[in-house]
Amino acid sequence: MNWLLDLTPDEWNAVHLSIKVATVAMLVSIPFAIAIAYALARWRFWGKTVVNGLVHLPLVLPPVVTGYLLLLAFGRRGPAGAFLAEHFGIVFSFRWTGAALACGVMGFPLMVRAIRLSIESVDRKLEAAAGTLGANPLWVFTVVTLPLILPGIIAGSILSFAKAMGEFGATITFVSNIPGETQTLPSAIYTFTQVPGGDEGALRLTLISIVISMLALVASEVLARRVGKRMDIE
Amino acid sequence: MTISVDIRHRLGAFELDARFASEGRLTALFGPSGSGKSSLINLIAGLARPQQGRIESDGRVLVDTEKGVFVPRYKRRIGMVFQDARLFPHMSVKNNLNFGRWFTPAGERYVEMDAVVELLGISALLERRPGKLSGGEKQRVAIGRALLASPKLLLMDEPLASLDEARKAEILPYIERLRDEMKIPMVYVSHSISEVARLASDVVVLQNGKVAASGPTVEIMQRLDLLPADERGEGGAVLETRVARHDEAFGMTVLSSVAGEIRVPRVDVEVGAPVRIRIRARDVMIATERPKGLSALNILAGKVASIDKGAGATAEVRIDCGGAVIMARITEQSRQGLKLKSGLPVFAVIKTVSFDQANTAAGLRRELDA
Repeated sequence: MNWLLDLTPDEWNAVHLSIKVATVAMLVSIPFAIAIAYALARWRFWGKTVVNGLVHLPLVLPPVVTGYLLLLAFGRRGPAGAFLAEHFGIVFSFRWTGAALACGVMGFPLMVRAIRLSIESVDRKLEAAAGTLGANPLWVFTVVTLPLILPGIIAGSILSFAKAMGEFGATITFVSNIPGETQTLPSAIYTFTQVPGGDEGALRLTLISIVISMLALVASEVLARRVGKRMDIE
Repeated sequence: MTISVDIRHRLGAFELDARFASEGRLTALFGPSGSGKSSLINLIAGLARPQQGRIESDGRVLVDTEKGVFVPRYKRRIGMVFQDARLFPHMSVKNNLNFGRWFTPAGERYVEMDAVVELLGISALLERRPGKLSGGEKQRVAIGRALLASPKLLLMDEPLASLDEARKAEILPYIERLRDEMKIPMVYVSHSISEVARLASDVVVLQNGKVAASGPTVEIMQRLDLLPADERGEGGAVLETRVARHDEAFGMTVLSSVAGEIRVPRVDVEVGAPVRIRIRARDVMIATERPKGLSALNILAGKVASIDKGAGATAEVRIDCGGAVIMARITEQSRQGLKLKSGLPVFAVIKTVSFDQANTAAGLRRELDA
């Protein structure tokens, strides 16, 4: 068993980085996903079809294409990248933040879908009742809608996290494969398979990746069950 | 004026065109399903916006389409109890009850948790989840939740319609207590004559989106023509009485009214308490001389006030008994046989057992009006 846990520093870095990238990608996506899902589920506005299409684009485009588009937009000389670097000091290109952005974008449609479905299943009569009790729309959302869609948010988050753990194409295209900075688990496994004698390392990281994904799934199950029990929806 | 409504609102082929005002303690919006009661109450609560018109409550303009006034629901301070309770499934009963309180400024709260819990008998439910409650319990919690928002007006949209008879009987006394002990004007939507006759101080009758009649319950209930055909048998007189004494030996209560003493099955209230009874027109017999050897215990002397043609071969006779009106529905054959006409002295005969729980109820406590 020792060979399994006997990781080289680069391999540890890849594990650590993958978890960090996936977690940040998931957490940052949540508020945006809730906002977009809410708009798509509840509002009628001009260009809704376009917004819906854009959100789902990463699901249907080849990941390499998404990665390249990110590079064009958020690279150092891309319009969004230059703006963010200049005004907020946020740099994406060849940084772990870029990997997180790529993973977040790839997992976004999955998260939006899960949350949108749960918003659509919320009984709007409950929201109306909350209104007659004096809660303004923002409060209604915070204390009625949000808790009711929590299972959907959890499900969407886990999907996004899992997607991020496995994301390869968009990440490697956008931020390359720099050990310690942008080399996530899939990139590290890929690198191992490209060098002679890398089989053992590839297998080690593969097993670790399976364990992390399983843990995430189990955690989501437990969490969802606890929320479900607390809610006791009729 | 507690509430005044004057609106026109079109929903597809249906048009609501209603105008009424009421100062009653409990105003019933009465009518068959599809008559627009629920639409009307939703407009008052602010759950929908009328196309045209004006709604005023307690001197405050809530809606005035001409002036572009529309107070959003969360600023109206109008409580609403829905037919389907609508408790928040993710909160305990206690948090459900507290919900409205959180959004009520401290200075405007006039209802306290303990009082409401006691009034509705829900102290054992506080820690439970709504999903685990029975239909009747849910509805009591929903009433408590609406009350604790300290509303200026309480709307109830058929709160008993989805409950079985036993559950209705469980909740009705709580609504009566609410009406008598809390000083909140209420608007109560119902298609049930027995509920309206029992609870309402005033009635607004809706038919096809229009107000067919409105006025004090006692007067409206005598208008059998306002009742839907299948409910006409339920129509009759509503009489305000007081408990004169209890007849423990026979398990009866003797009520005194302007029409005379009336014996009903034992009612569980103290002597002197007001009791409202409903005497269905179909339960009343008419005799032209005081009957003898009769099992019926209530024989009230009066005079025929008027005779109207009823549905089919029936006649609806109004009998003036010392100022109170008793309605009787008899066949056309009996009317002719007895040669009934206005002014004829007659006796109204009512069996004691024709009064059941549903039509003897704690009456409005007038002293609270003062």
